[in-house]
Formats: sequence, structure tokens, C-alpha cells
Amino acid sequence: MARMKFLCDADRCIECNACVTACKNENEVPWGINRRRVVTINDGRPGERSISMACMHCTDAPCAAVCPTSCFYTTADAIVLHDKDLCIGCGYCFYACPFGAPQYPRVGNFGGRGKMDKCTYCAGGPQADNSQAEYIQYGANRIAEGKLPLCAEMCSTKALLAGDGDIIASIYRERVQKRGYGSGAWGWRTAYRQDVSV
Amino acid sequence: MRAPLRFVLAAMLMLAAGPVLVVPVLVLPVLAQPVTDAARGNISASEMELQATLRGDIIRGRITIPDSRAANLIQPEGREWREFHNVTLGWIGGIAVLGMLALLVIFYLARGKIRMEGGPSGRTIQRFNWFERANHWMTASTFIILALSGLNITFGRYLLLPLFGPEIFAEATQLGKIAHNYLSFPFALGIVVMFLLWIRDNIPNALDVAWLRAGGGIIGHGHPPADRFNAGQKMIFWITVLGGGLVAASGYLLIFPFFFTGMQGMQLALIVHGILAVLMIAAMLGHIYIGTIGMEGAFDAMGTGQVDYNWARAHHSLWVEKEVVRARSTIDGTAKPAGAD
Repeated sequence: MARMKFLCDADRCIECNACVTACKNENEVPWGINRRRVVTINDGRPGERSISMACMHCTDAPCAAVCPTSCFYTTADAIVLHDKDLCIGCGYCFYACPFGAPQYPRVGNFGGRGKMDKCTYCAGGPQADNSQAEYIQYGANRIAEGKLPLCAEMCSTKALLAGDGDIIASIYRERVQKRGYGSGAWGWRTAYRQDVSV
Repeated sequence: MRAPLRFVLAAMLMLAAGPVLVVPVLVLPVLAQPVTDAARGNISASEMELQATLRGDIIRGRITIPDSRAANLIQPEGREWREFHNVTLGWIGGIAVLGMLALLVIFYLARGKIRMEGGPSGRTIQRFNWFERANHWMTASTFIILALSGLNITFGRYLLLPLFGPEIFAEATQLGKIAHNYLSFPFALGIVVMFLLWIRDNIPNALDVAWLRAGGGIIGHGHPPADRFNAGQKMIFWITVLGGGLVAASGYLLIFPFFFTGMQGMQLALIVHGILAVLMIAAMLGHIYIGTIGMEGAFDAMGTGQVDYNWARAHHSLWVEKEVVRARSTIDGTAKPAGAD
């Protein structure tokens, strides 16, 4: 089986936010929740880079490690998913996540969090593949249809790559060799304890 | 008029256009060179992540959505929080709670129930009025639910989840979370009222040193003199008021996530909340033990509010003397011998 990963080539990302929009539309993500976002570091200074970031589907995922109800599971493709029927909205995964991926709808009392929502790598959830119940809770299941996540598929500069980790790393490596520079694979050290060496 | 005006406008245009004409001359040679890492600002994702991990820093940027937390690109210290939650808190909580239970069992087996010396006298004296008792039990009952739901959210997945299965466990934990949030309010109120009611009798003084030196009558057999509260009870008071106050304060930071503090503040609040909570649970186990099966006559103080005279004299000799003096003086002022009129 493939080991699915995201890789954002920050030297290509133009901060157009098409990935964000594509994600919201494909998965009918509710108002106020962003499964994917674009962060610009060193804005307006030398070294400015924009990075599209969502759940990185970590190896040894911190969210899964701290969840009090053990609602997370990892698919055969190493995609980290969760069961919203078991989530109690405690917010621990947000404290543990290095990428700020978990999102919570504001419902109920106080700052009461609803059931956590995050990037599913367009792979839905524990419900039957491409069922209405799955779509309402988790959004699209493109993986079950043999497609890749829409954010990466929509990326106009092909900055955001999704797919098997070895393949997207080799694509990125080839680019860096050809153009002579690259700022590296954002989040890879933290998520996969691995670096893309060129 | 028209000619000078045109002249002035032309001069202004030249002044304005000047920099625009000059700048490309300065910039173009730079652009003509091949783009190098140095010109683009040489940064490396891997290096920045390593530095952030080592420094306990967050890689932050600018975003175009209103949620300011989304500006944190990578926060490697989430890994340390995970280490605390899964390992450190587990050890502290396990040792504190199970260790205290083990100590109490050993103590009970060694010492047994501490009996009243000379047995109950049959005469009683008022120790706590209804308001004090009501406040105590409001705080105590909410504390027990808060403690159990808190322990469940930390240890339940290891202890209860395999027993009950994911659906029932998740449902119960969800109810526990709601109870934990709402019952924090009566608990915090109880702590405040307790503080106001009993602070007067809980200021540490020289008597407490002597009481502690004598082992408080728990370890030895003699009863050192004590006022309304002895040093052990004063310790429970301060653990409850200070510990409970801090647990409540850190809990309110958590109940209103990100209202008052950022990511690091929230993580710290949970660390403080967790550690103090398990220590308080351990202290309260000791308190519950001594108030129920540990000591004859102690429960009445919070049960009926009337304690046996012999119990009171043994444990709170100075308080009993004061109460007796006060009772006599109030009678002296108003009451008259029967048949005086």
C-alpha cells in the first residue's frame, strides 16, 4: 500500500487560496472551519514563502495519542481519520497537533466545542464509502473513487502535491535539482521524522 | 495665469516621476542576475522546524482568514504537551491516587479505626451549623463528580474503554465532560464560601507547630491541644482553598478556550489543572478516610453538625473551652434561675 503524504513546494505556492476554496466546496465544510489554510511566513521580507497547510497525516499521530476516547484510526494508506460519533470535543488533539489541523464548530455552552473536524485527505470517515451519512459528517471520499485530494488536484502551480510519499518526494527532488533551490518539505520533519534530501 | 499654472504642473509631474525613472536603473542589474538562494532569502523548512523544536518556538505567519490560531504553521511543542499528557500526568496521577489508597489501607490495617478515648459521653456540642454543612456537601459532592469525570478523561481509555466498548464509553465521557463543565460553578462557589467562612480559624500559629510535632494524635496516642481546627485540618483547608482555587482558575481558562490566552497558555493551563487535580484527589482521599472509617465520631461534625463532647475535648480542647465559656456568658446575661420572678 501507498504511504499518502502532502508536500507543499513553498517556492511555487502563490497564495491563491484555491486549495482552501476547493476543499471547502468539495467537502461542504461549515462556516468558520478551515480544513486547509495558506500561511505566509516572512511576509514582505526576504525569505517570504507561502505554505498551504492542513492535516499532515502524521506517522505516530499526536492527535490519536492524546484522544481520551481513542476516536482516531489510520487507514491502510496511512491516512489519519477519526470517528465523529466517538469524539467528545475536548480539544486535546488541537493542543497536541503540530499543524493546528483539528477544527471545532462552536456549539453549546461556553466556548463549547462540537465534534472535531479536520482534513480527511478526501477519504471520508468510518461510514460506508460514498454514503450520504459519510458525506454529511466528513465530506467527499475521493480516495474510494481512486482520486487524490482535490486541494492538490486543483493547485494551479502544482505547488501542493498529494500522493505516495516516495513519488511526491522524488518529484520535488527533481524540481529542486533543475531550478537550483528549494526551501524543503514543510512539516515533514515534524510529521514524518524525515527530510527530503536533495 | 494659464501659462504659469501649466509650468507649475509640469514641474510637479517631473518631481513625481523622477524616482520612478531612476529606480529601474538601480534595480534592473539585480534582476538580470540569476536568482540565487541568497537573493530569495535562504530558508529551509527542515532547519526552521528543528530550531523551533529546540527553542520550544512556534513557526508563525500571516493568514487571510479571521481565525488567528490558524497563523501558527508548525508548533513542535505539541509533542511535549503530548508527552506530559500521556506519560508525566499518568505517572503523577497513578502514584498520587494509588499511592494514597495504598497508604490508607496500610494505615487502616496497622492502626484500625481510631476510637474515642473513654467512649462517647452521650452529650453533644454544635460544631458546624447547617450553612457550613450545606456548603461543605455542595463542594464535596461536586468535587467527587469532577474528580471521577476528570480521572475518566485521562485514564478512562486505558481502564474503562476496553470494558464497556467505544460507543458506551464515548457517550459516558461526553456526559462526564458536560457535568465537568457545569458542576465547576457550584464547586468554585463552594470554595469561595468555604474560604470566607473558615479563614478566621485557619490562620497557622504556634499551636500548629506543637500539634505537628506531637504527631497530631494520629500517629501517637496523646492529643495535643488544638483550637477549632487543628494543623491537619488547616492543611486540608489550605489545600482545598489554594489547590481548588487554582484548579478552578485553570479550568475556566480551559472552559473558554483561547478567550484569555494563546496556544502555549492553553497547554500550560491543562498541565497545571491536571497536576493539581490529581494531587487534590489524593489529599481528599485522606480527608474522606479520616472523616469516615478512620476515626470514630468524626463524621458527625459534617453529618448532624453535633459532635460528641468527649471527641471534641480530645481533638479540639481549646475550642471546647471557648465554647463553654461563651455558652455560660450568654446565659449569664439574660437567663434567670427558675422561679426567680
